[in-house]
Amino acid sequence: MPQHKFLQVIVDPERCQGHNRCKAIAPRLFELDELGHARAVGDGTVPPGLEDKARLAEANCPEFAIKVAQA
Amino acid sequence: MTDRPPVSDWAKDFDHLDPRWVTEPYQIWDELRRQCPVAHTERYNGVYFPSRYADIRAIAYDTEHFSSRRVVVREMPPRVPTDSGKPKSPPGASTLASPPITSDPPYHRPARMLLLPAFTPDAIGRLEAKTRAICGDLIDRFASNGRCDAATDYAQHVPVAVIAHMLGLPEGDGEKFRRWIHLLLHEGIAENASFTQALAEMDDYFRVQIANRRSVPGEDLITFLLGARMEDQPLSDEHIIGTLRLLLIAGIDTTWSAIGSCLWHLAQHRDDRRRLVTEPALMPLAVEEFLRAYAPVTMARQVAKETTVGGCPFKEREMVLLSFPAANRDPEVFPQADRVQIDRAENRHAAFGLGIHRCIGSNLARMEITVALEEWLTRIPNFDLADPASVTWSHGPVRGPRKLPVVFR
Repeated sequence: MPQHKFLQVIVDPERCQGHNRCKAIAPRLFELDELGHARAVGDGTVPPGLEDKARLAEANCPEFAIKVAQA
Repeated sequence: MTDRPPVSDWAKDFDHLDPRWVTEPYQIWDELRRQCPVAHTERYNGVYFPSRYADIRAIAYDTEHFSSRRVVVREMPPRVPTDSGKPKSPPGASTLASPPITSDPPYHRPARMLLLPAFTPDAIGRLEAKTRAICGDLIDRFASNGRCDAATDYAQHVPVAVIAHMLGLPEGDGEKFRRWIHLLLHEGIAENASFTQALAEMDDYFRVQIANRRSVPGEDLITFLLGARMEDQPLSDEHIIGTLRLLLIAGIDTTWSAIGSCLWHLAQHRDDRRRLVTEPALMPLAVEEFLRAYAPVTMARQVAKETTVGGCPFKEREMVLLSFPAANRDPEVFPQADRVQIDRAENRHAAFGLGIHRCIGSNLARMEITVALEEWLTRIPNFDLADPASVTWSHGPVRGPRKLPVVFR
C-alpha cells in the first residue's frame, strides 16, 4: 500500500459544454482550451489540500462531465 | 392581444402567458411535478411542459427527436397547406434562422465554434472594468434620490451597454434594442404583426451596420463575423444577420432579467444583503444560487420525431417548453429547492441550459450579474421594495421584473 493516496480529476471532453464552473471553483485543477472547454491541469492529480475543491467541481458540473477517482 | 380563456386545469390546458403563471409560477410547477410531470396544452397548436429535471435534461440532450428549429412558443398564423399537402412556412420563417441557437446537428457545431472564443472567461474578463464603470454611472443618476426603479433605471441598461460595446453599436440605440426585444419576445408571442415588424426593422438596421463595417472595419464582433470563415467559406449575410439578432436579443433581455430578480430578492432579504456586504467572497456562490432559483430563460424545442420521455408520448410537430427554471426547482436534485440559500455549495443548476446549446454568453452573464450586484451593494447596501404590489414580471421565454420600484436610505 502506498503511503499517500492521491485523487485524480478526469474531464470527459464529449460531455463538457464549457459551463466553466470547474475552472471557477478550482482554477488550480482545471484549465480551458481556446473555445472555453475544460481539461484537467497536467495529468489531473489533485495536490494534497485540494480534494474538497475537486469534489465540489464534480458536484457542480451541469453536464456530469467531471469524475474524481483514486489515482 | 388575443383574449384567451382562463386556465382551469394546469395539467391539460396550461397557458404560460396566464397572469398567475407569469407572476408566481413556482407553486404551479411544484404541483405539476407531483401530479403530472409532463403537462400538455392544446393552446399554441399543442405544447408540452415537462417539469422534472430528469425529463428536461433528457430532452435537451436528445437532438434527434427534439429540434431547435423553433425555440420560442408563439401563436402562429394558421398554416397554409400547399399542393403537396405539406404545410407552408409562415411568412418570415426563412429569415428566422439565428445560428447556432436555431441549428441542429450537424450545422450547429461549426456555427457555435466560430463564436466560442469571443465568450471565454478571459475574453469576458477584459470587459469587466468597462461594465463596472457603466454600473457606477447608472447609480450616480439616482443614488441621491432615495428611490429608483431597479429594473428600468438600472438592470435593463447594464447588458444593453455591454453588448452594444461588443458589437460596436452606439449605446444611444439602446432604446431601439429594448423595443425590438419587447416586440419579439413579449408582444410578439401572441401577435404576429409585432413579431414581423421587429424582424424587419432589425434586418434593416443590421444591413446598414454590415455595410458600414465593410467600408470601415472596427474591432467588434460584427467586423469579426464579416471576416470569419465556416468550413472555408465566408458567412452569408443571412447567417451574419441571424447571429447578430441572436447576440443582441439573447445578450440583453436575459441578463437584465437576472440582475432584476437578484435585486428583487435582496430587497426582501436583509440577512442575505448583509452577508454579501460583510462576506463578499460569498458572491460567486450567491450568483449561482440566484441563477438556480430565478433562472430567467425557458427555451423551446419542436418535436421532430414522435418519442416518449418520462413515460409520456410526444407527438411530432408539437412544441415543448424546455423550462430550465422548473428543472432548477426540482427537489429530487436540489434539496430544499424552494429555498434560496446563498451559500449553497453543491448547485448543478441548469440556468444556462444543458447539452450542445449551453448558453454561449454564460460567462458574460455571470460577469455582468456579479459586477452589477457588487456595485449596487457598495453604494446601496440597504434597500426595500417601495410597494411589492407594483412589481411586474415579463412573460414569454424570459422571466424577470419589468417594474421594480425600490427605496433606500
